[in-house]
Amino acid sequence: MIDNRDRWRLPALLAALMLVIVACAPAPAEVSPPADETAAATDGPGPTEAADAGEVVMISSQLNPTEEQETMRNEILADFNGTVDYIGAESGPFNDQIRAQEQAGEGEISLIGGLDGEFSAFAAEGFLTDLSDVAEDLADLNISEDYLELGRLGTDQQLYIPWMQATYIMVARNEALEYLPDGADVNDLTWDQLTEWGANIQAETGERRLGFPAGEDGLWHRWFQGFGYPAFTGGVNTTFASDAAVEMWDWLTETWQYVNPQSTTYGFMQEPLQSGEVWVAWDHVARLIGALEADPEAFTAFPVPSGPEGKAFMPVIAGLAIPTTAANPEGAKALIRYLLQPETQATTLQAVSFFPVIGTDLPADLSPGLQAEADAVAAQLAADDALPALLPVGLGDQGGAYNQVFRDAFQQIVMDGQAAAGVLDSLLPDLQAVFDASGAACWFPDPESEGPCQAG
Amino acid sequence: MTARLGWAPYALLLPSLAFLVVFFATPMVQAFALAFEGPTGGFGLTHVERMLRDASFRSALLTTLALVVLVIPIQFALAMAMALVINARLKGEGLWLYVYALPLGISELAAGIVWVSIFTQSGWLNSILMGLGITDRQIVWQSAETPWLLIGAVVIAEAWRATSIIMIILVAGLQSIPREFLEAADVYGATTWQKIRRVVLPMLRPSLQVALILRTILAFQVFATVVAIAGTGLDVLAEEAQRWATDIDNDNVAAAYAGLILLLSMVGTVLFLVLLPTREEHQA
Repeated sequence: MIDNRDRWRLPALLAALMLVIVACAPAPAEVSPPADETAAATDGPGPTEAADAGEVVMISSQLNPTEEQETMRNEILADFNGTVDYIGAESGPFNDQIRAQEQAGEGEISLIGGLDGEFSAFAAEGFLTDLSDVAEDLADLNISEDYLELGRLGTDQQLYIPWMQATYIMVARNEALEYLPDGADVNDLTWDQLTEWGANIQAETGERRLGFPAGEDGLWHRWFQGFGYPAFTGGVNTTFASDAAVEMWDWLTETWQYVNPQSTTYGFMQEPLQSGEVWVAWDHVARLIGALEADPEAFTAFPVPSGPEGKAFMPVIAGLAIPTTAANPEGAKALIRYLLQPETQATTLQAVSFFPVIGTDLPADLSPGLQAEADAVAAQLAADDALPALLPVGLGDQGGAYNQVFRDAFQQIVMDGQAAAGVLDSLLPDLQAVFDASGAACWFPDPESEGPCQAG
Repeated sequence: MTARLGWAPYALLLPSLAFLVVFFATPMVQAFALAFEGPTGGFGLTHVERMLRDASFRSALLTTLALVVLVIPIQFALAMAMALVINARLKGEGLWLYVYALPLGISELAAGIVWVSIFTQSGWLNSILMGLGITDRQIVWQSAETPWLLIGAVVIAEAWRATSIIMIILVAGLQSIPREFLEAADVYGATTWQKIRRVVLPMLRPSLQVALILRTILAFQVFATVVAIAGTGLDVLAEEAQRWATDIDNDNVAAAYAGLILLLSMVGTVLFLVLLPTREEHQA
């Protein structure tokens, strides 16, 4: 019983903290262009260090799309007192470059930006230095103790410093709202009601206008890992081929007839939402903000729907770590301090829609688009049946193979029309191979495991 | 004469040989070693087997072959027509050459993105069709549920993008045909079609062979156009190799895919060498 409550403790706290931070964000006093606000946020003395930090090479699996990389270089890092060579990387090259540097015993990379699950693999191999001193320096920023606890990765060392957070929500064009099923509340939908909604839109307009980012660059695999599976089965890995999972796949297959068939080309849902090809979409907040910022009046942001097991969603926590072989560890520490300053965190929110991890008040008002997202995130977290599902933990270089299992299942079941039960059984060995190769234990909401997670 | 040259020709060959060994042969051998590496080192077929039971393997192979079969004849017919137009020395000959060669200067991915803006649901093609009253609703061209429409879109984009390279080779070949041959044909009263069939095409055989081999190898490597236009809706071999190397982070299976592409390219090359022997090979 106690174990079971412990199991809930971390995700519940994560969710609570996100709620507090989002709720604390001040409401916009007046509508003003985001560019001005960004400028306002970086005005004044600025969070620069006293001494020049020199050149810092930073590699990150987050802020990797080209536009986000450019924003990182030109806006977020602009006021840093030093030179940052920022490299955004896909998970494969990201892992390779960091491992190559560790194996060589020296290299250029001084700062790593990544997800909790990515760091746990590096930490297990002894790649990361203790940042307890940096955490102490930053004590007055009130970074949540729970996030810092995550950053210790079960050790007594601060192996990474929390950096920024995000999640996934839904956005609809306002003209879609009139087709909502009778009695449905857009802020408290079920996945079945979404299907009905899509069916209504198709019946009335003749077009399939639900949308998912199932293209090459889309984050579609996260829908299965953090939304579909937990909401329908209450787990992910231990329920991969369960009867409840088959129901989830049957739901998706049925719903797909109301999903725009061009979804297999979509990377960021903000574009098809803006063009009107798609009226109702699910995606990462950073990949929806373009539509909400361009025309806040035309769109409604709302929480993800619930399944039989609850309103499952995936909070994303990114952190910063310094490898043991860093060329410029002092410069990297200065860069961490810079990225955690309230001004920089506000710029990060305005520029790339990743929310702050610090507890201090934000200096800038939120633009209407961001405010809409913040409200949707808050409503999602506050839902009675909220079920936060963690990103994969401890998969290391198996992360891509893990995602592929879900994408393969989608390809075979929904696109090729094969029976879900047979496909899921045939993919179980691939899923198990990921856990055996990485040694990763199950993560929430699956029950904890002794040793590698057992797919089921 | 040859005796006096001594070692000089070999010395001159060395730099290019070294280049080929370092940048082509070595990575190729390494790739094969990766593909056939056993689970605990040594030789093994586990990675090749993994490739064969990859969910996308069959569709990637079939789509790639379909693209090769569809794109190459279209490109050759177009390139031949374009080359003959240029060789006819019409007014503004230079202009035609520049217009036809324009796609050569555009990167594969950029071309793909341009074609996406044409084919996407709210793109140029649907706007034009609706403007002309041909259709009253936006047609979804890029849907995985209508694979032949999707392949058709890729074929059009590929034909536009990569026909000019063949045209350049054919123009060079055409210009090396001595005028006397065509004049002699005129003297005997040959029609234009007879001249093309009996004089031009046989004399063009070496150029055609080179262009076919080059284009086939490139067609097996087709990548960026497909990714841009079809996303995950259409699989091709090069895309699978990239996916296994970058997204899945498994270099062994990626190497197996790369090896398969190499194998197919070699089979294609040998096929054209056998089916389209040039005069020297005939004599040999």
